[in-house]
Formats: sequence, C-alpha cells, structure tokens
Amino acid sequence: MIESKNLNLYYGQYHALKNISLSMPAKTVTALIGPSGCGKSTFLRTLNRMNDLIPGVKIDGEVLIDGKNIYKDKMDIDLLRKKVGMVFQKANPFPKSIFENIAYGLRVNGVRDESFIKERVEKSLKQAALWGEVKDVLKKSALALSGGQQQRLCIARALAVEPQVLLMDEPASALDPISTSKIEELIHELKKDFTIAIVTHNMQQAARVSDYTAFFYLGELVELDETKTIFINPKKEQTQNYITGRFG
Amino acid sequence: MKTKKISEFIAFNIFRLLSLIIVLVLVAILSFIVVRGASVINWEFLTAMPEEGMTKGGIFPAIVGTICLVGGSMLFAFPLGVLSGIYMNEYMRATWFKRFMKLMTNNLAGVPSIVFGLFGMSLFVNTLGFGDSILAGSLTLGLLSLPVIIRTTEEALKSIDNTYREGSYALGATKLQTIRRVVLPMAYPNIITGFILSVGRVSGETAPILFTVAAYFLPKLPSGIFDQVMALPYHLYVITTSGTDVEASRGMAYGTALVLIMMVLVLNITATIVRKKLNKKLKVN
Amino acid sequence: MKKIYEKAAHAVLFASSTVSIITVLLIILFLFREGLGLFGQKPIEDGQVLLVNKSNPVNKLTSDELKNIFDQEYTNWKTVGGSNDSILLFRIDDIFNYYTEEELAGVDTNMQLLNEKVSELVGKQTGMVAFIPEKQLVLNDKVKTIEVEPVTVSGFFGGELWFPTSQPAAQFGILPLLSGTLWVSLLAIFIALPFGLATAVYMAEIARPSVRNMLKPVVELLSGIPSVVYGFFGLIVIVPLVQQLFSLPVGETGLAGSIVLAIMALPTIITVAEDSIRNTPRSMKEASLALGATHWQTIYRVIIPYASSGITAAVILGIGRAIGETMAVLMVTGNAAIIPHTILQPMRTIPATIAAELGEAAKGGMHYKALFALGCILFLITLLVNITVEFISGGKRIKR
Repeated sequence: MIESKNLNLYYGQYHALKNISLSMPAKTVTALIGPSGCGKSTFLRTLNRMNDLIPGVKIDGEVLIDGKNIYKDKMDIDLLRKKVGMVFQKANPFPKSIFENIAYGLRVNGVRDESFIKERVEKSLKQAALWGEVKDVLKKSALALSGGQQQRLCIARALAVEPQVLLMDEPASALDPISTSKIEELIHELKKDFTIAIVTHNMQQAARVSDYTAFFYLGELVELDETKTIFINPKKEQTQNYITGRFG
Repeated sequence: MKTKKISEFIAFNIFRLLSLIIVLVLVAILSFIVVRGASVINWEFLTAMPEEGMTKGGIFPAIVGTICLVGGSMLFAFPLGVLSGIYMNEYMRATWFKRFMKLMTNNLAGVPSIVFGLFGMSLFVNTLGFGDSILAGSLTLGLLSLPVIIRTTEEALKSIDNTYREGSYALGATKLQTIRRVVLPMAYPNIITGFILSVGRVSGETAPILFTVAAYFLPKLPSGIFDQVMALPYHLYVITTSGTDVEASRGMAYGTALVLIMMVLVLNITATIVRKKLNKKLKVN
Repeated sequence: MKKIYEKAAHAVLFASSTVSIITVLLIILFLFREGLGLFGQKPIEDGQVLLVNKSNPVNKLTSDELKNIFDQEYTNWKTVGGSNDSILLFRIDDIFNYYTEEELAGVDTNMQLLNEKVSELVGKQTGMVAFIPEKQLVLNDKVKTIEVEPVTVSGFFGGELWFPTSQPAAQFGILPLLSGTLWVSLLAIFIALPFGLATAVYMAEIARPSVRNMLKPVVELLSGIPSVVYGFFGLIVIVPLVQQLFSLPVGETGLAGSIVLAIMALPTIITVAEDSIRNTPRSMKEASLALGATHWQTIYRVIIPYASSGITAAVILGIGRAIGETMAVLMVTGNAAIIPHTILQPMRTIPATIAAELGEAAKGGMHYKALFALGCILFLITLLVNITVEFISGGKRIKR
C-alpha cells in the first residue's frame, strides 16, 4: 500500500508537483499517464527518493509506504530503495556479467552466501522470464544481450532484492513490439507478488496492464480511478480530452 | 560543376600534403635521434656511471634518478589526484566554489612547468628546508601532474551515464558502494590511461626539477630521499648546452635522447593497449 | 557498519580533496607573495647607500638614472635635474686616490678613520656621488644620502632594460622579455596554424579511418616527446639550418625558437580543432550535401564556420602552450635580453629567463622576487588563455 499526502516538489523555484494525494492498493498495477513534463516521472521518483540525487530539489508532504512516512528524517534511504525497486526507461545493466548484475543488489545489501545468491539469481531470472534464454551464458557480459533482454535483466535485477514495490519508468518505450508485449505479460505475472507503479506514454499499454490509472497534468493529479472508468467514462474533462486525443 | 570538383581536388590534396609534412617532421625527429642514438646504446651505456666529464661511460645514475622521481611523484600525486577527482565529481555540490576550483585546477593544468619549478623551490627547497632532494623534486613533479590527474579522473567519471548510478541506488546500494562497484570499474580504463600518460609527461619534464633536485654530475646512486640525483632530461640538457665538452658529449646526448623517446613511445603504446584491453573487457566478458 | 564505512570513505575523499585544494591555492599564494614583494623595494643592493654633497639639489634617482651615472653615460648632474656640475663617481676602493694609508690609519693603524674620511671627501667635492655600505656611513653636516626610487609596476612592465644583477642599481624592465616571448610564440603559431588546421580538417573530414588511425598516434607522439628532446633537435638541426639559410653569425635566434615551438604547439592545435570539427552535427553536414554541395564546399561553408569557436580555442591554447614552453626555447633562442628588431636576432622569453637565472638569484633577494613576478605573469597569461577559451566555447567541452 502506497499513499502520498499533500506532496509538493520544487526544482529550485519551479513547483513541479502540486499537492499530490493518492493511494495505490497493494498488489495492483497503477499506471501514471499524462503529457510530457506533467510530473508523472517525478512523482514516481519520489516514491524511492530518487529525486534526492538531484541538486536543488525540495519536497514537502508525506509518502507512506506500509504506513511509514519515507520522508521522515530517520528513514534509511538504502533500505527504502531495497524495498522499492525501480526499472528505468533505458535498460541500464552494469558492465558486468549477467550473473553479477543480478547478484549486485544482494551483494551491496550484505549478502555473502554464494549458494543463496545463486539460488536467488535463478529465481529472479525465472520471475523475469529470462532464465531460459540466458541460463547457459550467465558469465557473459550483460551488454551482449538484446535491448529487450537487457530490460528484463534489469527487472530481474530489481526483483532479486525482493522488493515489495516495483516502480517502472516507461520500461518499454525503447523496445520493439515483441519485447514490449513480453514485458507487459511479465507485469501481469508480477502483480501477484508486487505493488507496481508504471509510468507510460502509451495509452494502450496503460489500458492493457493496469488496474488503476492516474492522470497527471501540469504537476497536478487530475484524476485517479479504476483503469476501466478512466478510459471509458472519465469524470474530468481534461482527462477526457487527453485520452480521446491520444486514442483518436 | 567541373570547377567545383577541381577546387575540391586541389583543396583536399593541399590538406593531404600539409598533414603528410607533419608526419614527415615526426619521422625526421625520430629517425634523426634513433639512427644516431642506436649506435650509442648498449648495455654499458645503460648501466655504467658517466666518465670523463660526461663524455664517456653511461647514464645509469640519470636513469635511476628519473625512476626515483617518477615513482616518488606518482606515489603522492596519483592517489591524491584520483581521490580528489572522485570527491569533486561525485560529492561536491555545484556551487561557485566548485566552479572556482575547477577553473583553478584547469588553469594549473595549463600553467607552464617552470612555474611549478619556482613554487617547488620556494616551498619545498627553501621554506620546508628539504634542500635539493628527491623529496623536493618528486613533490614538485607531483604537483605538476596533480591537476592533470584530477581532471582526467573527473572527465572519466563524468563520461559515465547517470542511469548507471541510479540503477545502483535503486537496488539499495549506498553512494560508496555505487562508486566502488559501478562507477569506478567503468572509469578505470580512462583513469589508468591518464596515469600512464602522466608518467610519460613527468619523466620528460626538465624545468620543474632544475632547482629542486637535479644534479649536474653525481656519479653515485641516491641513498635516501634527501639526496640529489641526476635525471635523464636534465642530463640531456646539460650535456648539450653546458657540459665540459659539448662536442665530445654528442654521442652521449643522442643516446640519452633516444632513451627518453623510447620511454615516451613505450608509455604511449602501453596506454593505448591498456585502454583498448580494459574497455573491451568492460564490454564483453 | 555500512554507515561507518560510508562516513570513513567520505572523510578520506574530503581530506584528499581539501589537500588538493589547499595545494592549488598555496601555489598561487606563494607565487604572488614572492612576486609582488618586488614592488616597492629599492633596486639598490642590500645594505648599500648613496652619499652626496649636501649642496647637491638631487634627492632622488631612478634606478635607470643611477645605472647611467655609474656606467658613465651621464656625466653631468644637469641630466638628472641637478645643477651644472660634472658627476664624480666614488666607490670605496677609490679612497686611496684621495688619502694615503697613514691618513686613514688612525691610532692603531686599522683604518679607523676610513668612514669619516669618506664623508669628509664627499663634503668637499660638490659633484661626487659615493656608493658605500650603509654600516660605513658616518653622516656629517656637509653630506646627505639620496634615495633610489622603488620598483614600480609601470617601471617593471615598461622598462626596456633587464639587468637584474647590475650594480649599483639592478634594472628590472621586462619589455625585452615580453617582446621576446611574443615574437617567438606568435611566429610559432603563425607557422603552425596552416599545418595544424589542415591536419585537423583532414583527420576529421577527409581521411579514411585507417589513415586517421595512423595520424592519431603521430599527433599523440608529437605531444609526448619531452621538450628537452625538441630543444636538442632544434639545437643540432634547426639552429645550424637557420644560420646557413640567412648567413647569420649565430643560428640561435627567435626564428629557430619559433620553428621548434611551432612543432611543439601542433598537437594542441590539431587535437582541439579536430575535436570541434568532429562535433559538427551530422544533420548539418547532410543538409549541405543534400543540396548538391561538394564535400569541400560543405567543409568550408558549413563545417568550418560551425567549428570556428573550437578552432579559435585551439589557436589560443596553442599560443598559451608556446608562451609557457621553457626548455626547448632556452636551448635554441640565444637568450639575449634585448628588445628585438627582427626575428633573426637572439631573444629571451619569460620562462627561459626564469630557468636560466633562478639558479644564481640569491634567495629572497630582489632578483629572486623579480623571477617570481615573471612566474606570476605566466600564471596570469595562462589564466587569461583559459578564461578566453571558456568564454569562446561558451561552456562547450573543449578537449585539451
């Protein structure tokens, strides 16, 4: 369960997120949609405090994950990020072997037991539907994989540390249709175990994969509802215009 | 239509010619020194003391001296430079101070080496009282390469896409883990290349050691860091301009110049190979 | 545990960077502290004074005037604003021309009276100027000391004489060094420019990749060769060549220096210019080609104009490199500290002056400080070069 309350974010003077309050139920997929620059990616990045890395960013308000405010001073950011996994727009495997890419998250979180790591690597690769393709070449560089495989590797890498939440920032925008549909299938599978928030530009994709959809416009949350409702019968005119424009 | 083609032909051939001349200049310099120096270089030349007013014998103490100076300077400048580069690129906030420091490091990387000689003499030789010594000379040469190493490190780190850092943070890695396990391994080839090229530059520098360590003639090996030493570039300078018998030292001079050039050549080639190898290793295992 | 490591690493990195920053600032501080110490000092040898007759209206001399007086270029006080009286030089050794040993001996024959006799003598001779150690000075009512004007910034930059060790008054005018530096480096760039730019264009646009891969190491190697080796090459090949070609008495001239420097500045020019040419967007190039322009037309109408800021930066960095070069120039330019009239004269540059003279300058003395002041000038020139390049490139990354 993710909940944000009156969340505001500023890039210096610029007010990028305005009073965002929403909640995402556990083990569902919530799609964040809206035109470029509407704040949907920025919002996604507040959920694992990725915006902390950008100089000049100021945040007020609350984000509760499992009822705990992640912006409280005592929050252990590394632990938070372990709990909230993230997949990026562009696949970014490290220039290490496939195995080491997945083992990375475990190693930096202090896991030393090699047999455990091995088990977990296999499990995550299976979860990410990549095991069959790479099980014989685990020692090969991850950079030798295709784009779609790399993105699934990144998903497997995120799963290996057993997060509760998975944030996906346009995970399929750089992929071909076949790879995209593989990722979408994967999302369907994953929502049994994880709470997923996905940013996407692609309306059809949002309609296909999500249970809930949030529409952002100019830094504000315009509407959040069940995906069916948003696409068929939105309550706000702005949402309607955007969706018909994009579908039309 | 035709004149267009003709002017292109002429222009391209002029460019080709001018580029060729540069190649020829390098070939001329190299062959000039290689041809005349090769007959001088033998085992004795490399391992014997200079004799008879540096007109005969070898250049062993100068080789040892240069190795001491290069080693000493890198021992201090490389770790300091790399760590500072990491700090400045990964930790320092973008403030006016960072910009000022960047300008100053950039500037210092371009300041003529003789200015470092001035500073080294003033601080290490006089103020700190090290005298003309390996310590003073190494520190001066170290300072000379410090800004270059800092800049190489920063550039190497900056060329790494932020998505890798974010990818690591997103898995719960700390900043240090991210730097150590993701960023540094990727920056490593360029940092090492910068290091090798710094070694090349330092080993050929004369101006900074003129007043901080270099001995005109000292036919013995150093026994500690407070000793003076001879050094290859300075040795070449003195035997061509102010030796006891400049004409008689010619052969020695060719030999010394060849040794210097060989060092640079070997280091340059090593740098290229190392960079290629490491970069390749990074891409496909 | 993780946190402690994190903190420790941060501390180590912070400490290193602090050390680096302090060293960087220290270098600047030291350089300027010593260098600026020159100004306001009196260019007369330490502990020495000038003594004249009290009736002499002159109270102050510039170091230039003083030098001319002691070189006997000026023989009448009128020249320096005094009365019409011929100048009579006196150094301490000249005392025996005026007094016998017995007269100077005093009670225990130890020349006790020497100091008094000097003042007595100056008191009698209206045109005399005595250059004596301060501790031998005995003032009486017929004599006075005269001041030497301190070194000023304008005297330093505008002075035409560089005689840092001359006595009684050293001359610290850097005009000869400045002009030598400019002649040598500007001509060097002039020579290097056509070759450097042509090669940059050739490598970036015209050459096949295989040729380019061959040229790249050539350029790298040229920049890697130690400057003392260039100096050696210049001394043995270029200097005699210049001498023969122009039938000069000596071959060590500004021209020889310029040629050597031209070769040394090439790598800088080529690398920076090539980099900026290669950074021209491909779309721009293709647009031109698509309109039927030839490759060459595209190069000089589209690519070179686009890369012009980078090319300018290349030229400026090349000049900076040439101005700062020390050893090679020291070995081939002949090092005469005179204001040159042709490029075929021996010249002396600022860095060569430091390298040649620092060894013999007494620590902390005026000469020493003057050399540091030259170091400051080199530092400021580099700063100017860097700021200009930064400004021209407008924040674009310039590879150096």
